Amino acid sequence: MQHKIQSLTQDSNHTSPSRAERFHPKLLTLQAHANQPRSVEGAGQDVGRSCILVSIGGKNIMLDCGMHMGYNDDRRFPDFSYITQNGRLTDFLDCVIISHFHLDHCGALPYMSEMVGYDGPIYMTHPTKAICPILLEDFRKITVDKKGETNFFTSQMIKDCMKKVIPLNLHQTVQVDDELEIKAYYAGHVLGAAMVHIKVGSESVVYTGDYNMTPDRHLGAAWIDKCRPDILISESTYATTIRDSKRCRERDFLKKVHETIERGGKVLIPVFALGRAQELCILLETFWERMNLKAPIYFSTGLTEKANHYYKLFITWTNQKIRKTFVQRNMFEFKHIKAFDRSYADNPGPMVVFATPGMLHAGQSLQIFKKWAGNEKNMVIMPGYCVQGTIGHKILNGQRKLEMEGRATLDVKLQVEYMSFSAHADAKGIMQLIRMAEPRNMVLVHGEAVKMEFLKGKIEQEFSIDCYMPANGETITVTTNPSVPVDISLNLLKREMALGGPLPDPKKPRTMHGTLIMKENSLKLVSSEQALKELGLNEHQLRFTCRVQLQDPHSDPDTLHRIYTHLKSVLKGYTIQHLPDGTVMVESIVIKVSSSAEDTNTKVLLLSWSYQDEDLGSFLSTLLKKGLPSGLC
Amino acid sequence: SRHLVLANSVSLYCLSGHPTLPCNVLKFKSTTIMLDCGLDTTSVLNFLPLPLVHSPRLSKLPGWVSKDGTVNLEKELKECAGRVFVDSQPEFCLPERELLDLSTIDVILISNYHCMMALPYITEHTGFTGTVYATEPTLQIGRLLMEELVNFMERVPKAQSATCWKNKEIQRMLPGPLKDAVDVWTWKRCYSMQEVNSALSKVQLVGYSQKVELFGAVQISPLSSGYSLGSSNWIIQSHHEKVSYVSGSSLLTTHPQPMDQSSLKNSDVLILTGLTQMPTANPDGMLGEFCSNLAMTIRAGGNVLVPCYSSGVIYDLLECLYQFIESASLGTTPFYFISPVANSSLEFSQIFAEWLCHNKQTKVYLPEPPFPHAELIQTNKLKHYPSIHGDFSSEFRQPCVVFTGHPSLRFGDVVHFMELWGKSSLNTIIFTEPDFSYLDALAPYQPLAMKCVYCPIDTRLNFHQVSKLLKEVQPVHVVCPEQYTQPPLTQSHRSDLMLELQPPPMPYRRCSVLNLPFRRRYERVYILPELANSLVPSEIKPGISVATVSAVLHSKDNKHTLQSVPKPPPAPPTKKRKRVMEEPPVVLAPKPLLSGAVPLEAFLATLQKHGITEVKVEETADGHILHLQAEDTLIQLEEDGTHIVCDNNEPLRTTLRDLVLRFLQKL
Repeated sequence: MQHKIQSLTQDSNHTSPSRAERFHPKLLTLQAHANQPRSVEGAGQDVGRSCILVSIGGKNIMLDCGMHMGYNDDRRFPDFSYITQNGRLTDFLDCVIISHFHLDHCGALPYMSEMVGYDGPIYMTHPTKAICPILLEDFRKITVDKKGETNFFTSQMIKDCMKKVIPLNLHQTVQVDDELEIKAYYAGHVLGAAMVHIKVGSESVVYTGDYNMTPDRHLGAAWIDKCRPDILISESTYATTIRDSKRCRERDFLKKVHETIERGGKVLIPVFALGRAQELCILLETFWERMNLKAPIYFSTGLTEKANHYYKLFITWTNQKIRKTFVQRNMFEFKHIKAFDRSYADNPGPMVVFATPGMLHAGQSLQIFKKWAGNEKNMVIMPGYCVQGTIGHKILNGQRKLEMEGRATLDVKLQVEYMSFSAHADAKGIMQLIRMAEPRNMVLVHGEAVKMEFLKGKIEQEFSIDCYMPANGETITVTTNPSVPVDISLNLLKREMALGGPLPDPKKPRTMHGTLIMKENSLKLVSSEQALKELGLNEHQLRFTCRVQLQDPHSDPDTLHRIYTHLKSVLKGYTIQHLPDGTVMVESIVIKVSSSAEDTNTKVLLLSWSYQDEDLGSFLSTLLKKGLPSGLC
Repeated sequence: SRHLVLANSVSLYCLSGHPTLPCNVLKFKSTTIMLDCGLDTTSVLNFLPLPLVHSPRLSKLPGWVSKDGTVNLEKELKECAGRVFVDSQPEFCLPERELLDLSTIDVILISNYHCMMALPYITEHTGFTGTVYATEPTLQIGRLLMEELVNFMERVPKAQSATCWKNKEIQRMLPGPLKDAVDVWTWKRCYSMQEVNSALSKVQLVGYSQKVELFGAVQISPLSSGYSLGSSNWIIQSHHEKVSYVSGSSLLTTHPQPMDQSSLKNSDVLILTGLTQMPTANPDGMLGEFCSNLAMTIRAGGNVLVPCYSSGVIYDLLECLYQFIESASLGTTPFYFISPVANSSLEFSQIFAEWLCHNKQTKVYLPEPPFPHAELIQTNKLKHYPSIHGDFSSEFRQPCVVFTGHPSLRFGDVVHFMELWGKSSLNTIIFTEPDFSYLDALAPYQPLAMKCVYCPIDTRLNFHQVSKLLKEVQPVHVVCPEQYTQPPLTQSHRSDLMLELQPPPMPYRRCSVLNLPFRRRYERVYILPELANSLVPSEIKPGISVATVSAVLHSKDNKHTLQSVPKPPPAPPTKKRKRVMEEPPVVLAPKPLLSGAVPLEAFLATLQKHGITEVKVEETADGHILHLQAEDTLIQLEEDGTHIVCDNNEPLRTTLRDLVLRFLQKL
């Protein structure tokens, strides 16, 4: 809106602006941001990492600041110089919003804020603010302490970065500045995950982050109101999958675990410490209870205890059932699941182990995998998506010989199962969200190109809206066409309503007239008279007088009466008066008659009107010039 | 309803006279909004306590017979230490239900869990079909308090329902304060759990600073009020009017999120309720006194009874004790919290990180429970029980400290402890809740040997804080309960214990209907893009542009839009041209008003450009007359008017018209 007002006032300097210049349509720039030459990265068509830049109504907002888990060099971080061209990020960005605590959405945040340098506001929900620094620190330790990498953010940088974070509550409208407001919605996916509605004036964008449209054992379903954004930016990890019912998947999962245990095998479930892990723990815990199973279940140490604490303290972010019963029984206190110790991996007999990280790219899960991979009785269940380049990705693609460090190869004999438990919306869910929010345009990110193409077709067909899939580093621009809010004077509105009667008649729309006053940021619509008064202007009266000669062999008063009768018959719906002072008035137009001095049959009509009656005055002078019809009395 | 929306009047119906348990209804832009739903429970002080186990003392109290013996109500009324009590299930004083039709209420806004206790009386059996808005902690803790209340009442059902004493003729003859009780016929017994569940199912949860649109006309938004978990003040506004509703608010740093003051700025009307009931008692001082009296009693071998609500100040008391216990060597003293909702209340307090003050939020990030009572429970220093029956009776050790309800001392487990401990001067009862006069609360237990300490802790705004706040946020008008416009009766010289404002606040009392003053001059309309693109703005003064607008107004769901005037359908082609000429003009847009003046020299130059060269200029008193000699036409140019006299030459006249218009501004 701000922009719109400016363009109005700027244009007013031209005396006669061309039509196209009058209002510039607003531009929304969306950047799936990452450096072009580096090809497959960024938030566009890849699940590697998310970092999106949105320009709306003159505001620049960074959505997520993720890290690519598939790279070990500086390609893992977005190239921020790409957006500022050597300027300062703080000057360029109005705010940064982080959707959830997964590192592919927040992993580059300390790098951006402390190493590149950004001092503006960073928004995230309370659980994200609580958990994200722990994951960042964990990741930092693996990278710096274990792998010995330098040029990486420090613990202190993580702390300093988190000091810049302003916590967001669900549904709270946060005024970033006078014009920019943001609002978070529940997204499911992981504890504290949020979708965010960004609004400047009457333009808006919704960014989903990762979300889940079906409730699971520990989280609820994503929800948004009918906010009709100009653009809905949705992740599309599972763009083509229409996943079977949750219940079937759970049954499948339990069956596979159970069979492996029964034949004496070991089950490895690589997970991230927070999120899917808790859901699967609840699932196995209840199954063990019901089936009275004795095989041990372990959870790799580290974050576990803490993780469950977070779930207990942020119980309002879990699903309805857990929230309702938490006083009686806290679902995050497990009876059958014990802490794992390294040495247990070599124990004989069946067991189930949850180990981090989830993509088998490092750490404990990879160590256990190496130990168990050679035995076909064992099983690894991958409950989530794996990024290209990780071992998880390789074995899911059927690779059976893995090259390990030091030229060793590892034969993969154990069974590899993929169960899509990772809580992303599937195609059905994405369509459902579109139905909820009713966007005018759709942008798909965080998915694979081929799958997105399919979904794009479906969306355009079903909703008749434009759907974009920006490649990494590509900028797309969407033109919006917002209504302009103005303040109408109550007097003018009341006058209009009184004239229009109590009910609007769609067949007979009434036209209202007024003057729009544009002053700084205010737009006021008032009656023309009030506008003159408010602006302290004088009124300039423009009048016309016109003499018309007419042949009419009657006395002057008779001619006047004949004119009156004639006009009465021609002008329906106008106020026409024959006044005793010898004039006829049509609306405010005055008509007088006098005889010519030479010829009494030649009458001279004097018409006088103001500019406000110009159309009628012009019509009357032309009409009367043609004379009066003979049949008049 | 279109006319109603435009109606300027905003009215306030006041259904409760209790300043801290308000219930007001705001009619604003055709929307009917109830602000809080407080239940005045002070009426229960007129009733006999409900003992959990048979009390020989209470059952032996003499019945009441009037002095002259003509009125005998010994079944209904009992005398104790010179006061008369109703022997019946206690009853509450409800918000006024006759002042307006409750079924017309669209929404109810709840500011904190203490101000929603009358909700089932309003939403059930009245035809109410609206929505209740509250924050999550308000709903959850409010539910606990209602559940507790119902439990207290239903645990000890009383068959008798006394009604004779309410007879006007009889009530007149009763001793005070029964004689002076008002509207006793409208007093009602407690609701059932089923009614509570039904009422609470109508609650829609909201977060602080969330903007909720009501029927397109009004926007409501809760703001943190700093008083209790999830407590809120409310903004009710349209594009051009703003009403702030300030209910129980606090500027002290206790456990809730701090009060949001700045969002209250620019209010046309600020409705102010829920100030402290103890304007002269400093909460910090009271807390100190509470601790020292508690320690003193325990050291002397006595028990301490703290009648309290199950949520709210108790969290602060426990936190204070957590720090105090070791230093006062009370490490071995058992602390008991007895309530059917004790466990739930303690658990719930730990899960509302978003609603807590910064310090407590930081603890959750560690992750640690925000309130230290978790540690008190873990180390067995604090134990909680649903009631005195069951586990408590076997585990109970003395001397001890018991927190239990209800603070009125008329029902709940506290009644049992009063009977048990009242006779020993070793024991102490410490009153911390400010809602009831402690002398009235104790009346049916007299004579009493136990010590009584009164340390009311009321963290709500005092008069000093509120006048500072009002100076800061500067509302145009303030509306408040009449009690705030004069000093308390007992301290009539204390002019600092009242609101002194300019203009003076508008006072209300129960059953008042106020017309709130608004000077509304504008309404929001939306110009559709097509129309907006067709507007031609012109700069009239530096920085100020105008554009004339002709548009069709559409009003739907209280939203007004302006769109382009549809083009008239083209004339049917069969009509002859001549016929079309004779059609009078259809006025789609009247000509705009003109402003400015036509400068002589520039105008002459323009005429010349258009081939009009023979112009004779004659100066007049007010301007000039131009004779266009070749055309035999006159143009009179004056400061505030132009007159074109032109006969029989329509093309010339329109040319001259357009040339003049070039110099004028159109509005």
